[in-house]
Amino acid sequence: MNAPAPAGGSRRLFLKTGLAAGGGLMLSFGWAAEGDAAPAAAVNAYIRIAADGTVTIVSKNPEIGQGVKTSIPMLVAEELDVDWSAVRIEQALADQGVYGRQVAGGSMATTLQWDELRRVGAAGRQMLIAAAARTWGVPASECATSPGRVRHLPTGRELGYGALAAQAAAMPPPDLKSVPLKDPKDFRIIGAPTPGVDNRAIVSGQPLFGVDVRIPGMLHATFAKCPAFGGKVARADLAAAKAVRGVRQAFVVEGGTALDGLLPGVAVVADGWWAARKGREALNIAWDEGPAAAQSSQGFARRAAELAAQPPHRTLQADGDVDDALKGAAKVVEAAYSYPFLAHAPLEPQNCTAWVRDGKVEIWAPTQNPEPGRQLVAKTLGVAAQDVTIHMTRCGGGFGRRLNNDYMVEAAWIARAAGAPVKLIWSREDDIQHDFYRPAGFHHFKAGLDKAGGLVAWRDHFVTFGEGEQYARSAGMNASQFPSRAVANYRIDVSTMPLGVPTGPLRAPGNNAFGFVIQSFIDELAHAAGEDPLKFRLKLLGEPRLLGKPGEGDSFDTGRMRGVLELVGEKSGWGRATPKGVGLGVAFHYSHLGYFAEVVEAAVSPEGAVKVRKVWVAADVGSQIVNPSGALQQVQGAVLDSIGQTLGQQIVIEAGRAVQSNFHDFPLLRMADAPPVEVHFLRTDHPPTGLGEPALPPLPPALCNAVFAACGRRIRALPIDPAALKTA
Amino acid sequence: MPYRIKVNGRERTVDVDGDTPLLWVLRDSLDLPGAKFGCGMAQCGACTVHVDGAPTRSCVTPIESVGKAAVVTIEAMSADPIGARLQDAWVNLDVPQCGYCQAGQIMSAAALLARNPNPSDDDIDAAMNGNLCRCATYLRIRQAIKHAARGGKAAS
Ligand code: FES
Ligand code: FES
Repeated sequence: MNAPAPAGGSRRLFLKTGLAAGGGLMLSFGWAAEGDAAPAAAVNAYIRIAADGTVTIVSKNPEIGQGVKTSIPMLVAEELDVDWSAVRIEQALADQGVYGRQVAGGSMATTLQWDELRRVGAAGRQMLIAAAARTWGVPASECATSPGRVRHLPTGRELGYGALAAQAAAMPPPDLKSVPLKDPKDFRIIGAPTPGVDNRAIVSGQPLFGVDVRIPGMLHATFAKCPAFGGKVARADLAAAKAVRGVRQAFVVEGGTALDGLLPGVAVVADGWWAARKGREALNIAWDEGPAAAQSSQGFARRAAELAAQPPHRTLQADGDVDDALKGAAKVVEAAYSYPFLAHAPLEPQNCTAWVRDGKVEIWAPTQNPEPGRQLVAKTLGVAAQDVTIHMTRCGGGFGRRLNNDYMVEAAWIARAAGAPVKLIWSREDDIQHDFYRPAGFHHFKAGLDKAGGLVAWRDHFVTFGEGEQYARSAGMNASQFPSRAVANYRIDVSTMPLGVPTGPLRAPGNNAFGFVIQSFIDELAHAAGEDPLKFRLKLLGEPRLLGKPGEGDSFDTGRMRGVLELVGEKSGWGRATPKGVGLGVAFHYSHLGYFAEVVEAAVSPEGAVKVRKVWVAADVGSQIVNPSGALQQVQGAVLDSIGQTLGQQIVIEAGRAVQSNFHDFPLLRMADAPPVEVHFLRTDHPPTGLGEPALPPLPPALCNAVFAACGRRIRALPIDPAALKTA
Repeated sequence: MPYRIKVNGRERTVDVDGDTPLLWVLRDSLDLPGAKFGCGMAQCGACTVHVDGAPTRSCVTPIESVGKAAVVTIEAMSADPIGARLQDAWVNLDVPQCGYCQAGQIMSAAALLARNPNPSDDDIDAAMNGNLCRCATYLRIRQAIKHAARGGKAAS
C-alpha cells in the first residue's frame, strides 16, 4: 500500500449552505466526481454555527491515535476564524457516499484535506462577513473578523458569529476555488500545539472505544479459529461449552476460505466475556488443518536461499547494465538481508458489537476502513449494503491492522445467529495469532564501487511471497526506492514463493522493511569505500534535483533529503568521538511524501545487550506542521515503536501457525527502554503531508548502523539477536 | 455465587463464578469500562486498578480474592487529589495518542505519587515499566508524572 497520489481532478469539493435547526448556519459539504452535479443524497458532512456561537465540526475519518479528530477540524476553525475553545467535534458515521474516502491509512488525511477544509472554513467566514455588511448597510470590504466576531473597521461596530449565523445562511456561498485564504503568518490555530479533543474523556475512563460499547440486552462472544491458517472445524464439544455457567449458545460457523473473510470457527455466546471464554476452553475443538500447516519460517528461509541462487522470476526495473558495471567495478560488495513477519498488536484487541434486526445490520466497530467492512458484511450475510450501518468508535490503535474487517463480519454473523446484540472480543492470543502480518522478506544485494568510492552498480534480488505475478498482500516492492535513478546501473529482481499465512499493511508498509535493508547495505558500502557514512550518503544523493517526474508519488527530491540529512548530522553532533561500546548510526528514508533522516546513539554491552541512548530526527513534511503537539507525538511514537520492533519483535511460523501469542513473547518497548527522541522539522516550501508513518523506516537501519559503529558487528537479520553481539 | 465488593466507595453485589477476574466484573457486571483489557496475563497494565491502594492487574485478580479490600478505578480518579492532578497533566501535556492504555497508566502513576511524591526518573521507570503503551507515549507520560508531582506547576 503505497501512498496514493494527492487527489487531483478525480473529485470535486462542493458546498451547500442553509439554516441549521435552532437558527444557526449550516455549511454542508461533500465530494462529487468531477463533472457530476452535487449528489442528490442528503449531504451531512457539516459545520454548524449555533445562535450561541458554538461551532460544531464533523470529523469524518477514523481516529486511531493519529490525531485527525483534532488536527483536521483545526484547519476549518483557522479559516472560519473562531476560538478553538468554541469548537465541538462530532465523529461521523461511516458513509462513503457522503464523506468520500474514510480511511486511516497511508498518512493521507493532512495531504488530502489541507487545502479543501481550509476553503470550507474560509467560505463560512465570507458568508458571516456578508451577513454583517448587509445588517450594517456597509460594503463587505470594510469588514474584518477577529475570533468569533465580525467588525466594521471604520466604526468599530461588532457582531458575534452566533448572532449573524441565521442571516449568513441566506447569503450566497462563495466559490470555493477563489475564496481568499489566510496568510500563514496570521495562523493562530494551525501551528499551535493543541491537545487531543478526546483527552479528558480518555483520562477519566469514559467509554470511547469499540470494546466499551454497551447495548441493552447485549450478550458477549468469543470466537475460536484454527491456529493453523486456513483450517476448519472437525469436531467441537458444544454441549460442554453450553454447560458452563452463563453460556447461552455455542455453535459452529462454517465460514469460507478467504483469509480476510469470515473464517470457520466456533462461537460461544454468554452473559459476560469471561463466561464466553470459559465456554470456549471447554470446546475441546479438533481441527482439520489445511495445506498451510506444512509451512514454517525456517522453510521460507531455506527456500529463499535456493531461489536467490537461481535466476530471478522477473525483473522489476533495470537501468543501465548492472552485470557489466559489476565486472568493471574496483570493489564488489555482497550481502543477504532478511526480516521477519510482524504482528500489529494494537493495545485494544479486535472487537466489534453487532445487532441484526429486521434484515438490517447495525455495527459498532473500531475500524480504520469502514466501507470494505460494510461490503464484506453485506455480502456474507446476504443483505443490501445500505442496510448496514457502521458506527466508528475510537480505535485503541490501528497500525494498519484495522484496515481489515474480519472481526466485523464475525460479530455480524454471530449476532444474527444469536438473535441479540452481541459484543465479540478477541483475546490477545487471537489477535497475535490471527493477524495480517507484515510479510517477512529476503534481499540479496550486490553493489559495485569505483576507485573513488562512488557507487556504479546496485542489484537487489528480492525474494518474497506470492504466486506468478501476484504478490501476497503487502509483499510487493516499489522498485523506485532510492538509490533508483541516482545510480546509472540499477536492477531489482524478484522471485516469489507461495504463502498460506495472511499478510497486510503495517505502519509504513513496505518501507518499514526496505528502509532497513537499503540503508543498512548503504552503510556497508560506505565502510567498503572507506568513507564516513553520512558523507557517503550526501555524495550518493548528489546535487539537489528531482529524481522522477514532478507530482508523481515516487519522485524523490535529493535536495529535500540532503536538507534533513545535514540537519540531523548537525543536531546529533555527527562525527564526535563516542565512548567504547557506544556508536552513532545514520539512515534516511522517503515514504508517504515525507523526508526523514535519523541518527541513533546506541550502546552494546559485552554480553550483547543493545541500549538505545538517544535518537535525533530531522523531518521535512512541507511548509506547515498543523498540530505541533500531535506531530511530535507521531514522530516520537513511530521511532519508539520501531525500536521495540528492531530489538525484539518477530512472528515465527511453525506448522502453519504463529508461535508467539502474547506480550511475553511478542514484546513491545517498555518505558525504561524509551530513550529521548529529539525532533527537528525542516520547513520547506512544499504542501504539508502526513506524519503517522514516515518517521518509522529510518530507525531500524540507523539503530543497526549504530550497533555496527559500537561493536563492529553487522546486523543483517531482524530482530537484533544479542547472542550474535556477545564479545565477553 | 454472589460476591460483595467495595468499588469506588460503594458496596456492590455481583453474582459470578469465583474465578471471574475483577476486570470482567468491573466491565461487564458493574458497567465500569475504564479499566481496559489488553492481554489478560499481567503483561500490559491496561487493566490496572487500585486494591487497597496497591496498583493491581485486575485481569488476573479473581473476584473471590478481593474480599473486603477497597477497589478504586479510573472512574473515581477525578475525585482523588493526586488522580485529578495527573488527569490534568495528561490532558494539558497531550499525553494520549490512541488513549487505550492511559487509564492504566494513570492508575499506576497515582499509586506511585501516593507513596513517593517526588519520584526520580528511575523511580518512574520502575513504577511504570509494567504498563505498555503500544503508541509509545512514554516520553510524555514521564513528563506528565513530573508535572503532576510538582503540583501542576511548570519545571523551575
Ligand atoms: S489486561 Fe491486565 S495486564 Fe494486560
Ligand atoms: S496511547 Fe495508544 S496504547 Fe498508549
